[in-house]
This record gives sequence, structure tokens and C-alpha cells, in this order.
Amino acid sequence: MTETQESTSPTRRSLIGWGGAGLALGAAAAGGAVAMARTGDDVDPVAAEAGAAVEFHGTHQAGIATPVQDRLHFAAFDVQTEDRAEFVQMLKDWTAAAHRMTAGKAVGEGAYGGLAEAPPDDTGEALGLKPSRLTLTIGFGPSLFEKFGLADRRPEALVDLPKFPGDNLDRTRTGGDLCVQACADDPQVAVHAIRNLARIGFGKVVIRWSQLGFGKTSSTTPDAQTPRNLMGFKDGTRNIAGTETDRLKKYVWVGEGDGGKNSAWMTGGSYLVARRIRMHIETWDRTSLQEQEDIFGRDKGEGAPVGKAKEHDKPFLKAMKPDAHVRLAHPDSNNGITILRRGYSFTDGTDGLGRLDAGLFFLAYQRDVRKAFIPLQRQLSAKDALNEYIQHVGSAVFAVPPGVRDKRDWWGRTLFSEEA
Amino acid sequence: MRAARLSVTAAVATAALTALTACTAKSDAKDGDTIQVTAADSKCKTSAKSVPAGHVTLKIENKGSKATEVEILFPDDRIVSEKENIGPGTKYTLTAEVKAGSYEIACVPGMKGHGVRQKLTVTGGGSTAERDPQLDKAVADYREYVQQQADATLPLVETFVKAVKDGDLAAAQKAYAPSRLGWERTEPVAESFGDIDPKVDVREDGLEDGQKWTGWHRLEKALWQDKKIGDEEKTLADQLVTDLKDWQERVGKAEITPTSMANGAKELLDEVATGKVTGEEDRYAHTDLVDFKGNVEGAEKAYELLKPVASKNDQALTTELDKQFTALNAELDKYRSDKSSYEFISYDKVTKDQRKELSDAVNAVAEPLSKLAAAVAVVKK
Repeated sequence: MTETQESTSPTRRSLIGWGGAGLALGAAAAGGAVAMARTGDDVDPVAAEAGAAVEFHGTHQAGIATPVQDRLHFAAFDVQTEDRAEFVQMLKDWTAAAHRMTAGKAVGEGAYGGLAEAPPDDTGEALGLKPSRLTLTIGFGPSLFEKFGLADRRPEALVDLPKFPGDNLDRTRTGGDLCVQACADDPQVAVHAIRNLARIGFGKVVIRWSQLGFGKTSSTTPDAQTPRNLMGFKDGTRNIAGTETDRLKKYVWVGEGDGGKNSAWMTGGSYLVARRIRMHIETWDRTSLQEQEDIFGRDKGEGAPVGKAKEHDKPFLKAMKPDAHVRLAHPDSNNGITILRRGYSFTDGTDGLGRLDAGLFFLAYQRDVRKAFIPLQRQLSAKDALNEYIQHVGSAVFAVPPGVRDKRDWWGRTLFSEEA
Repeated sequence: MRAARLSVTAAVATAALTALTACTAKSDAKDGDTIQVTAADSKCKTSAKSVPAGHVTLKIENKGSKATEVEILFPDDRIVSEKENIGPGTKYTLTAEVKAGSYEIACVPGMKGHGVRQKLTVTGGGSTAERDPQLDKAVADYREYVQQQADATLPLVETFVKAVKDGDLAAAQKAYAPSRLGWERTEPVAESFGDIDPKVDVREDGLEDGQKWTGWHRLEKALWQDKKIGDEEKTLADQLVTDLKDWQERVGKAEITPTSMANGAKELLDEVATGKVTGEEDRYAHTDLVDFKGNVEGAEKAYELLKPVASKNDQALTTELDKQFTALNAELDKYRSDKSSYEFISYDKVTKDQRKELSDAVNAVAEPLSKLAAAVAVVKK
């Protein structure tokens, strides 16, 4: 795959045409629009807000601090090949495909117009759709470092998660050598992205498990309304915003010198914890309003902390019950522990017993899992009143490398090559 | 990703190679290649008996009282092109690209049965494109392989059928899977005839309303689930031989092209991916792994024959296919003690995790195999 193809292949953006692009740009400065027309790749950030394309290249991977999109398709893969060069080539192919798809373009030579007897490179279901702020974010699981002679590059911070009380982990929804998080405003765009990466990966990697998500349950945009989870509550009010550079630096991005020489390649990256949290929806719905509010430590309507009037009022934790979710999860109860949440609601139909198979697909990014998710979850799994209504059924942890810098760079380069 | 980038001219030439793609669009053919077809309830009148090769246009008028169907057929009844459901009093223009040879035009009033036939001779060699002699050899060798498989299958089917007719349950169970191997190796060719497969290899859930269930899987159910052989089963066993003899007689005449071979190989693995990996194929006998192996062998055969050309056009692809076929066969070998026999373990003993491993190995071959057609479609320099 070469970059020269970009000028000749049909693009979703070219199908939308200038009318659509102009509308999508909305309040964007004219300069942004000109830049977009010239390069076809550089997209004005204001345009991204309006549902267009999110820049793929950067210091950090998109999909972490990026404003949270509405939909998710998350996939964990296992590596099959033992050939390091072949795996690296796949990462390069993936990077090229990801770059194209996030820009709203079809993979490879496109979805039509090619040889009639051969399947097209792109599967085609995203043709004509907007880029939909698609972001693709890759992560490497602990098990990957047992392969390709990478053991000595496994960061100390990438620990295997301990078993937490109440965990009932399904092996087929747990772990993975690598993961790709696809977030987009259009579910079809997110599904298309994972499907096409899986296709490129056949023979090298296989999908271990995947999860579709909808209805983001937290926001990284401070002025946006905090979304509700499937229990009907606002949660994650004090989430880190994508604009809070200082907090991102402090709590999310791996800094130079973090974790010793083994993790130098992770500088600018982050650590991701993914948990499939099943909710016992039916029993929750039979719970009294008072108990529901006591469990969260917020009121259901406004989302205000106990005893306060507004959602964003500073909570007075001691007014909450000792086992209230907000009280236990709040940084003030955890020596300031702060994570960036990016979770989504999910439903996978019914569970065979007529119950909704639904819950929260929890995604959290942090600078060091040992100092963030693990102590936090220890606290919650032991004490949280919510535990009566939820169960953690899937789990995975990944090292999310820094961003792809430019067109020559590729996903995982800092891990797989010695050059910085 | 395809390594070799195919030019537009290559793609056009490929279309000419396969040449049998019918288009039911409006005609752009010259007037001389147009045949008037007047269909009635018991007549099928054509204005010409001979046309030059290339685009042939049928201007059809149904003067009968029933909806009719008009077909252009090969001598062995395979359909070149057809239009169904032409209502009484209506007209339709059917265009097809046809190579030199003998054909028939059939009007099928009521769209049932053999229809009323007229001969059609297509003259000249206008549309036969030049093809790499290595590809012609691959096709010829594959045709021979397909015939050999059918020839070798009949005695095995007869052994199976004899056991059924003897009422020997154990012997019939033993002979069931071996009797299917040759069929499984060449299934896409057999399926290209359209009428044999539904008689011999249909599963109960694949039956259409009113279709009688015949063939291997009907007997499989009797042997493993009902565990008894009655008169009906014995009759069905005879029918299986009859239907497979039909296959044996026709299989050598199947239309085969390099790209149909390549895509046929991929289809064999699709068969594995959709039917065998799930255990649906032989749900009573659980001999799915034998069929699985047969499909893989058939796919590998087609690939091996095309490989000399494919490797010239896309070396990376054939390297990958060699590797993945080896891996898939190694995966299958885990389930049999002796590599020279076709004794595989019962598929109900294969765990969910193992089925995923098998499925992953199939995907790892099938994805690159889907690119084989492109690698043999490139015009030689």
C-alpha cells in the first residue's frame, strides 16, 4: 500500500462533495477549509467537532483525549504468526488502512471498480458515510510481550490485573495480545473499521473477542451534558476533559522516565483497562428510588451529589453513605487517583433467561495501572453498594503506545524498532 | 492487499476470458446478431438458427397465455443466460455474450419443465481471447482431477449403498464418510450444474416446501439418529447411486476457467467455514472433519495447478498460501492418528476452543485464497 493511491482512490469525502464538506465545516475558519482542500488530510479541529474527520497523526493516539464519539466497536486480537517481520508488516498495513479510514476513505484500492473476479480491498459498507469522527486506537496486551522476543520491553506498569472480589470473568471476553478501539459517531463506520482491520489481519492475528457499545457514558468535553449509564444515572462528572492539558499530563500520558528503560518506548502513550461490566438491569429497576440514589450518592434527576443542588457542585462525601459509589470512587477518597473514562453502554440482546444482557463497557486510560485502576477497583470491589447490581465479566489491560507521528510512522514502531 | 496492481486492460481482458457473463441489459449489439423469439404455449419460433459469436440479442415476445421463461443453453443444459417470468403479451430483450459452439434456445411456458427447444449455432471465434498455455493446462488437469474424483467415488458409494440395502447398520456407518470424499473435493463443480447437489447433499433444513429429502444426509439421519434401515432408506440408497452417476457423466463437461477454479477453491473453504466448522454438515454422524479434509484437499489441488502462473504474478500471495495451507493441514492432523488414513475423531468431541482454532486456520487460508483469481487473471506479457 502506498500513499500515492490516495489521490486516485474514491474517498468518502469526495462522494460527500463540497456541499457536504462545507456544511460540516460550519463555523470553521475559511483557512481550515482551504487547508483541507489542498492536502485532503489535514482537517480543521472545528470540522471534527461537527462530525467530519479527526486527525490521525499526532504526539498521542487519537481516541483517548479526543471528544468522545457516540459509538464504539472494540476488538481484542490474538497473534497467530511467530514471524516478527510479518507482524510488523501487518502493523504497517493496519496503520495505512487506519489512516485512510479515519479520513473517511476506503481501504486499499477501494470497494468497487476493481477486478470483477476478485473481492474488493474494502468491504464497502462505509461508502457514502461521513468520516464520523472515527478514531482508531491500538494497544498491546501483556501476553504480546511473551512473543517476538519482546519480554525485556514489557513496561513495569503493564501488570496483569489481580483478581478482584466479585469478578466472574469469562475467558472468551478477557485478555488479548492487542486491541483496537474504534470510536465513531456512526456505528457502521466503527464496525467497518474493525472488520477491515480483521480482514487485513487474517493469518497473522485473529479476533479473540469484541464488543459493540453505544451511548457514551462519560464525556471528555467539559461543557457537554454528562451522559447517563443504563442505570439512568449520570456518572463521571469530574472526568478529565480533553482540553485539560495539565491533568492529562499528570494522570494519563506516560512521561519520559516513567517506569524505567523498559518503557521508554511508551512515552506519550497511556495504559488502558477494559472491563465488561454486566448490570443486573431487572433487579435494579425494582429498586426504590431512594436506594438507587443512596447507592450512587447522587440524585437521579439533576445528578447533584447528596445534599447539593447542581451536578457540578463539589460533593460533600461525608454526607453520602459509606458504601456510596461516588464516595468510594472519588479522588478525595483515593489519594487523588484520577483516571480518564471513555466507557460505553452495551446490550447484546437477551441472555437466554429473558434478561437484558447489558451493562457498561468500561474503558479507562491512565499513566500507570498500578497507581490508578488497581487501587481504585480494590476499593470499589470490596465496598461499593453498586456491586449488588453489577458484575465484572470481562477484563483486559493494554499498553497504548504514543501517536503515529507522520505518514512514515506506524503503530508500534517505538516498540518494535530501536529508533526513537 | 494485492501485491500486483492490475491494470484496467488486464481487467477487461479477464472479462473476455470468462466470456459467459450474461447481461440482461438493453442490447448494444448490431442488428445482424439479433434473433426474434416468438414464444407461445407450445411453440418457440426463432428468426435465425445461426449467429456470429459475441453479443447475441434475443428480442422475445410472449404470445402465449402463460408467463414464460426463455433460456440460451449449452448442449448439456447449463444455462448461458435466461430471463424468467415474461408475462403473456409482453416483450423482453435479452443479451448474452456467447462463444462459438452449439446451443439451444428454450421457451419454457409456465416456467416448468424442459421447454420447447430450437437449435442455435454460434459461428466464428470472435470472442475467444488468447490465454496463457499454462492456464489452459491447469484447467485441463483440473478437469481430469474432477473426473477422477467422480470415477473413484462411485465404487465407494456403491459399497455404502450395498451396506444400506443389506441392512448392515455398522457397515453402512463405516462407509458413509469415505463415500463423500470425492464429492467434497470437487463440490463447486458439482454445484455448478444446479440440479445434482439438492438431490444428493441437501440437509433437512435446506429443503424447500414440497421438496423430498433425498441423498447422503437423509441416510445419515437414518443410520445415526433413527438407527434403523427401512425400505424407504434402501430405495433412497439406490437413488443416490443414480444421481451420482448423473454427476459422474456430466462433471467432465463442466465449464471451467482459471478464475472459476480459483474461486471454486475459495468456495470449498467457505463450505468449511459455514458448514463444517459449526458441525452442521454431518450433525448425526459427526464425520465433519472428513468432509473438511476433502474440501481442503480439493482447494489445495486447484491452487497447486494454478500456482505456476499465480506465483509469477504475485509471489507474496503464493508464499502466504503455501504457508497457510501447511498450517491448516497441520491443524487438521491433530485430529487423526494416521496421516495416511481418513479416520478423524468425531466432531462432537472437538471442543469450542478447538473449533475456534480450526476456524481461525480456515480464515487464514481463505482470505489470501480469495485473491488467487486476481493473480491468475492477469494477461500474459
